[in-house]
Amino acid sequence: MRRLLLLSLLAMPLLVPSGPTRAESGPIQVQQVWSRAAPQGRVGVLYMTVTDSGAPDQLVAVSTPVAEKAELHESVAEGGVMKMRPVAAAPVETGKPLVLKPGGYHVMLMGLRRTLKEGDEFPVTIRFAHAGPISVTAHVAKAGAAAAPAEMGRGNGTMSH
Amino acid sequence: MSDRPRRTLPRVLVGAAVLLVLVLVGAGAVWFTQGGAPTIGGPFKLVNGQGKTVTDRDFRGHYLLVYFGYTFCPDVCPTTLSQMADALDALGSKAAEVQPLFITVDPKRDTPQVVGQYVANFSPRLVGLTGTPEEIAKVAREYRVYYAIHKNAEQPADYTVDHSSILYLMSPSGAFIAPIRADQSGADMAKDIARHLS
Ligand SMILES: [Cu+2]
Repeated sequence: MRRLLLLSLLAMPLLVPSGPTRAESGPIQVQQVWSRAAPQGRVGVLYMTVTDSGAPDQLVAVSTPVAEKAELHESVAEGGVMKMRPVAAAPVETGKPLVLKPGGYHVMLMGLRRTLKEGDEFPVTIRFAHAGPISVTAHVAKAGAAAAPAEMGRGNGTMSH
Repeated sequence: MSDRPRRTLPRVLVGAAVLLVLVLVGAGAVWFTQGGAPTIGGPFKLVNGQGKTVTDRDFRGHYLLVYFGYTFCPDVCPTTLSQMADALDALGSKAAEVQPLFITVDPKRDTPQVVGQYVANFSPRLVGLTGTPEEIAKVAREYRVYYAIHKNAEQPADYTVDHSSILYLMSPSGAFIAPIRADQSGADMAKDIARHLS
């Protein structure tokens, strides 16, 4: 409970962009980490929101024990044609949160080691070009969900290191 | 003073020409959507998730809502199929008249079993179809769907497929009615679809 309170406090500057306090654990915050239900052996996805209150940084890698491989991708629409491409890094800077969401940046999970069911949680580690790795918990929404699971409060899943 | 009428006359002509073009385009669009020619859609013979052969004729009497995609797509295709399922829910009793179809553009990896398992994640009403590369190429051509394999240099087996992302609403007699945007919420999709249902 005290931990939950602490996490909420850490999330405060994100809720109030001009807030006077900032997380002491580092300038990078990762929030709203969510995934979608998908069967074992198939592909899955990860979405999240990354904010930065310090120097510009880049999200460069993601790993999770639930998949053989996790790659940063971007979906782009060109003249009605959807394309999905791997990207080496995604930028994040103050005032410009990096939002991984359906139809844009996402982490593609390949070779799921287990079935992800709606309501499940699993650990994820996110690496940056400058900041140290951040460990978070992903929450699983239904297959094809357009947004994070509703029961997931803001700040939930934030675990700065 | 003297060349003023000369300058306005061409403008009137240009305006008339633009109007004529608009009228022609409009007429063309009406002709196009009212079945003047079967420009979108056509006969197909494919295999469903249970391994059973199905053709376009098997769906006569139902409106079809057709989407082309592939199961190795973790982002856009699941989003669209989920919104399609939501749209059917939002259509209420009218949804019974509409048969949603998912046709793969990746026949090599999407076997009947893979497609069947995949569509079940979204809606029990969604039918997944696959076929030989030739059968898929034919149905994609009929629906004017573009698709192309994009290989990742390091992992050629993990290729992705660029593809048109649009829904096709077909009439109970198999004629093209209208394109429905794929990148919208299920509620908005339902409104777009309901407009065309009798
Ligand atoms: Cu991807």
